[in-house]
Amino acid sequence: MSVTALILFVLIVGMTLVITYWAAKRTKTASEFYTAGGGLTGWQNGLAIAGDYLSAASFLGIAGAIALSGFDGFFYSIGYLVAYLVVLYIVAEPLRNLGKYTIADMINARFDQKKVRGVAALSTLTIVIFYMIAQLVGAGALIQLLLGIDYWVAVLLVGVMMTTYVIFGGMTATSWVQITKAVLLMLGTVIISFLVLLKFNFNVFTMFDEMKTLTPLGEDYLNPGVKYKNPIDTISMMAALVLGTAGLPHILMRFFTVKDAKTARSSVVTATWVVGIFYILTIFLGFGAAAFVGSEEIISANAAGNMAAPLLAKALGGDFLMSFVSAVAFATILAVVAGLVLSGASAFAHDIYGQIIKKGKMTEKQQMLAARYASIGVAVLSIILALFAQKMNVAFLVSLAFCVAASANLPVIIFTIYWKKFNTAGAMAGMLTGLITALVLVAISPSVLNPEPGAAILVGNPIFPLTNPAIVSIPAGFLAAYIGTVVSSKRDEKKYAEVAVKANTGVK
Amino acid sequence: MEKEIGQQGEKSVDFEKVAASQEFQQLLKAKKRFLIPLTIFFLVFYFMLPVLTSYTTILNTPAIGSITWTWVYAFAQFIMTWVLCILYVKKAGTFDHMAKQIIENHEEEGEQGL
Repeated sequence: MSVTALILFVLIVGMTLVITYWAAKRTKTASEFYTAGGGLTGWQNGLAIAGDYLSAASFLGIAGAIALSGFDGFFYSIGYLVAYLVVLYIVAEPLRNLGKYTIADMINARFDQKKVRGVAALSTLTIVIFYMIAQLVGAGALIQLLLGIDYWVAVLLVGVMMTTYVIFGGMTATSWVQITKAVLLMLGTVIISFLVLLKFNFNVFTMFDEMKTLTPLGEDYLNPGVKYKNPIDTISMMAALVLGTAGLPHILMRFFTVKDAKTARSSVVTATWVVGIFYILTIFLGFGAAAFVGSEEIISANAAGNMAAPLLAKALGGDFLMSFVSAVAFATILAVVAGLVLSGASAFAHDIYGQIIKKGKMTEKQQMLAARYASIGVAVLSIILALFAQKMNVAFLVSLAFCVAASANLPVIIFTIYWKKFNTAGAMAGMLTGLITALVLVAISPSVLNPEPGAAILVGNPIFPLTNPAIVSIPAGFLAAYIGTVVSSKRDEKKYAEVAVKANTGVK
Repeated sequence: MEKEIGQQGEKSVDFEKVAASQEFQQLLKAKKRFLIPLTIFFLVFYFMLPVLTSYTTILNTPAIGSITWTWVYAFAQFIMTWVLCILYVKKAGTFDHMAKQIIENHEEEGEQGL
C-alpha cells in the first residue's frame, strides 16, 4: 500500500469517526437511535438513500460487469434505477405514514398480532444477514486486494468500524456517513467519467464506435446476450432487481428518518436523480476500464471484475486517483454495512425483544440498551459468518437478499396498504411462502449445485434450473397472501379504514 | 387508539367516518386513476427490454452511429424514470391538498362532537 493511499484511508475513516462522535452526543432516545429522531431533510435523506443503495456491489460490481460483458452489465443499472419508481409510487409515503421504526411496525399498524410481527422480523433478519455476509465477504476480498492485508483482518476491520458507528452514533451517524460517502463516490465517479470522455474527445459516438474494436468481444460487446443467455433467468433477475428494492429493510428504514410523507417523497426524488446519474456514469466506468485497462488485466486482478474501477482510476489518474477511489470504496462498504446492522438490530431489539417479548413495556433506557446489544449481536454474527463464507459466491447472496425482499416483504406491504380484505392469515401465508420458496429454490439452484467441482458450494446437478428464483417466488408470495386471505374468513374492515386513512392522509 | 391521541392533546379523527366520506373516496379514486395506469406502464416498459433482448435481435440494429436501439431503449428507461418522478411530485401536490382538506373538515366535526 502506498503512503498516499494510507493517508487517504486514514483521512476518510477519521472523518467518519468525527461524524460518529458528533452524532453520539445527539443519540439519547430509541427514536434518535433508529431514525435520527425523524429529523433529516428531504435532500439529506435522499443522499443517504443513494448512499445506502450505491454499495460496493453497485460501484465496483457494475463497473466490472460492464467492462467485461458490455451491455449485459448495464442491465443491473437499469433494474436498480427503475426500482425507485416502485418505491416512489407504491411504498414510500404509506410506509412513512404507518410505520415507526421497522417494516413490522407498518404491517402491525393493521394486524396487531405477535406472530405477524415475528415473521416480519424473521424475514428482515434473513435479508439483512444474507446482504451483510455478501457485503463483508466482498469487503474482505476487496480490502485484501486494495491494501494487501489478510482477509480475516479486513473483515474484522470493517466489522469493528461498522459496530462503532452504529452503537455510538445510531442512525444519525449512519446517515451522515452515508451522505458523506455518497458525495465522495459521486465525485470520484464524475472525475473518472470526465477523464474517460476526455480520451474520446468528449464524443459519445466516437466512444461507441471505438468500443466495437477495443475488446476481445468485438461488436458483440455492445449487444445483449454476452453474459445472460437464458431468457427466463434474465427476466427473473430483472424482476428481483425492480421489485426487491421496495422490500429491502435498510432502504425502507430510511423513510422513517424524515418527518412526513412529503419529505419521504422528496427524498426518493433526490435519490432517484443521484442514483440515476450515477448509473449513467457506470457506462463510462465500464467502457473506460474495458478500453484502457483491458479485460485480461481486470480478470487477472479479480475474476468477477470487481477491480475494474480502481484499475481504471490508476490508468487515468495514477496512484493518487486509485488511492482515492479505493478509499471511497472502503467508505462505501462501511456505510452500507452500518445501515444493515441498524436495520437488523431494529428487527431484533424493537420487534422481537421490545414488542413481542416485553410487549412494548420498556423504558427509553432499556430500549436503547437493547438496541445497542442487538447491534453488537448482529455485527458479531455477521462477522463470524463472513469469516466462514470467504469462498462463497457474493452475487448469489445478494440475489438471494433481493429475492427474499421481493417475495416475502413486497406482497404483504402492498396488500396491507391497498387491499381491504387482507387479513392476518394472508399476511402470514404471504411472508412465509415468499421467504421459504426463495430460500429453497436458491438452495437447489445452479448457484448452490453445480456438477463441476468448485463452481458452486456443492457438487451436484441443480434441481431448479434458474440462478434467480424471483420469477417463481414473487408470484408465490402474492398468491399465498391471496389464498391465505380468501381461505380464512376473518375480516377487520374497521382497522382497514384506519390504515387507509392514515396511509393516504398522514393523520396520526 | 383515538382516546390515546386525544389524551396527548391532539385533535381526534373518526377513521371510519373519514374512510366512508365522499371526499376521501374521491382522493382514493384520484390516486388510483393516476398510479395504476402509470405503474402498469412503467413495469411493462421495463420488462419489454429484457423480453426483446432475450427473444429477438431487433434492438441490435444501429440507431445513431454505433449506438444501437438496445442502448436507446436503455436510456429511455432512465428518461422514463425521471419523467415519471417529476410527474408524480406534481400530482402528489394535489393529493396533499385534498388530504389536508379532508383532515381539516373532519377534525372540526370531531371537536363539535365533543
